[in-house]
Amino acid sequence: MHNPNHAIEYDYTVAKWFSYLAILYGIVGMGVGVLIAFQLAFPELNYIFGEYSLFSRLRPVHTNTVAFGFTLSGIFATWYYVGQRVLKVSMAESKFLMTVGKLHFWLYFIGSLLAVASLLVRYTTSKEYAQFEWPFDIVVVLIWVLWGISIFGLIGIRREKTLYISMWYYIATFLGVAMLYLFNNMEVPTYFVAGMGDFFHSVSMYAGTNDALVQWWYGHNAVAFVFTVPIIAMIYYYLPKESGQPVYSYKLSLLSFWGLMFVYLWAGGHHLIYSTVPDWMQTMGSVFSVILILPSWGSALNMLLTMKGEWGQLKENPLIKFMVLASTFYMLSTLEGPIQSIKSVNALAHFTDWIPGHVHDGTLGWVGFMIIAAIMHMAPRFYKREIYSKKLLEMQFWLQTTGIVLYFSSMWIAGITQGMMWRAVDQYGNLAYSFIDTVTVLHPYYTLRGIGGLFYFIGLFMWAYNFYKTMTASKELKEEPTFASPMAA
Amino acid sequence: MFGWLERNPFFFAVGVFVVIAFAGLIEIVPDFAQQSRPVAGAKPYDLLRLAGRQVYIKDSCNACHSQLIRPFKIETDRYGMYSLNGEYAYDRPFLWGSKRTGPDLHRVGNYRTSDWHANHMWDPTSVVPGSIMPAYKHMFTNVTDLETAYAEALTVKKVFNVPYDKDIDGDGKIDVPLGSFEEAKQRALQDALKIAQETKRKDLVEMVKAGKIPEIVALIAYLNGLK
Repeated sequence: MHNPNHAIEYDYTVAKWFSYLAILYGIVGMGVGVLIAFQLAFPELNYIFGEYSLFSRLRPVHTNTVAFGFTLSGIFATWYYVGQRVLKVSMAESKFLMTVGKLHFWLYFIGSLLAVASLLVRYTTSKEYAQFEWPFDIVVVLIWVLWGISIFGLIGIRREKTLYISMWYYIATFLGVAMLYLFNNMEVPTYFVAGMGDFFHSVSMYAGTNDALVQWWYGHNAVAFVFTVPIIAMIYYYLPKESGQPVYSYKLSLLSFWGLMFVYLWAGGHHLIYSTVPDWMQTMGSVFSVILILPSWGSALNMLLTMKGEWGQLKENPLIKFMVLASTFYMLSTLEGPIQSIKSVNALAHFTDWIPGHVHDGTLGWVGFMIIAAIMHMAPRFYKREIYSKKLLEMQFWLQTTGIVLYFSSMWIAGITQGMMWRAVDQYGNLAYSFIDTVTVLHPYYTLRGIGGLFYFIGLFMWAYNFYKTMTASKELKEEPTFASPMAA
Repeated sequence: MFGWLERNPFFFAVGVFVVIAFAGLIEIVPDFAQQSRPVAGAKPYDLLRLAGRQVYIKDSCNACHSQLIRPFKIETDRYGMYSLNGEYAYDRPFLWGSKRTGPDLHRVGNYRTSDWHANHMWDPTSVVPGSIMPAYKHMFTNVTDLETAYAEALTVKKVFNVPYDKDIDGDGKIDVPLGSFEEAKQRALQDALKIAQETKRKDLVEMVKAGKIPEIVALIAYLNGLK
């Protein structure tokens, strides 16, 4: 796969479109994130757009825009790039697949805008990361089917017969999300049964504890199949490509892949510890979460060891910096998660800010950094121009890294502080603090978290500017770069 | 074997699917029947409370408030009796939440009153100094969508056999009447008037008397019922 003089002319049209969308949704979604972070420290910010900027209204907008706007755009952008290259077939060779790709993009773009707008006007099922009401669920299914046609269609006309590791992960993403999304969004539209009321409204097929069980089987594994599996697909392609190093171990990638597939799905129960879900499920969730360290660290170590003997590149190339730190954050996050899944730790951590802290060192550090690096790796290949500014990329890296550190360290302190205060008792065994005491104490940490988020957010504008300048004003390249992306100082 | 799978995408995909579907089958399926059994005394939501529950969902109150009291002394001291599985039998969807930016609400009906809620939702810091919860003033003017609430009640009655219009506890009386939309609406208006009066806000009482239930009144009915 490292032959630079391949005869195939890959078609990056759809990959480019999704890259623009990743940047756009990154800025929108994380902009909302910064706003709601500061709302917790300064509640007056809730009213800047009337009822449309209330925290509770915007939180689902934030989570859905970053997960299903930014991240999915990044996943699709890289798929339409990596897929062609590892299967050794161009989309230009099939008019059908080209049409499917474009349709996929437009349906996704329009569908996602409408879906987010629906949250702003209070259409929500309340289930986390599955808030969209049933008409949008149908659009999501259509989008997913189109992506499936694109994946298996391209596989159908491939020249390279053996599926590269990234392909395993893209296929798993497709299957995993399809299964989870369908089952968790089983709902009955009330209008069709009763013949009255709001057309968009629906009621869940599952009740109470069952609903919770299905929701967190979904919720946890949405993290698996949106924030983990496809991101591993990316790093298995972009890190070896950018560094010019072969993947360290095929056996390790096998073990990690099949291990991750088998173990991940069990771990959803750790969201329900000490709930009314049967004890054995809680224990299974806890135990499998700890086992999950193995395949997770397997992938991360495989990536870090790919850099063996070539650590000098870490100094020279900011894209390598982004990817190596992404792997490192992946390791941190996949160690932290299992720790929080241990029953006694969970008793303290559950319901506190330690949980959003954990989510964000994964999403900002691992998912965000990997997508940023992937898109900047593709930019010189898209436009046959060198990256506009290495210096800006370096600055972005350090600013965003500082942002992440501020974010998770402040949330660790906030979460543990709050958890400890909730359980603190005086010498007679009475609760030591009223609930509001445990809220006001968090003000400095909420402020610090907001600042951390702001740093990351500013970094996104540096990224967007660098990408735009690469596209329009950077020095042209005679031929496509093979390994390290060329960049101007 | 793995080398072969990697050259045969169809079987590869089947293999992945089997491996990922396995956990769900074992964890979720066996307990479904057992789980949905209501605890003694559990009753479906009447129309006004169901409408209030929809308001709770519409503004994502569950983003900051849980409805799940864990079985620890420090939780039962703060919030009341720990939550039981059967109490949630009529909750579609469940509203446990995952974050307590604000306190748990599973038994808030035991220790807060209608006028407390009205004051709190109008200006949280007026009753809880230092609160970071925003005010929800639009709920005081928005009119509750009773039709959608009725549609939901009728749907769960028809599709999931939720016991509306039935004698649940065997005392010979219907426990939660639903009836036609007009009947249900009249009952909701009566319940709403009582709550509007308890809030001591004239504007709310006027609205209910004019046949329109403000969303806040429905929401308070729902919260008062959380016990």
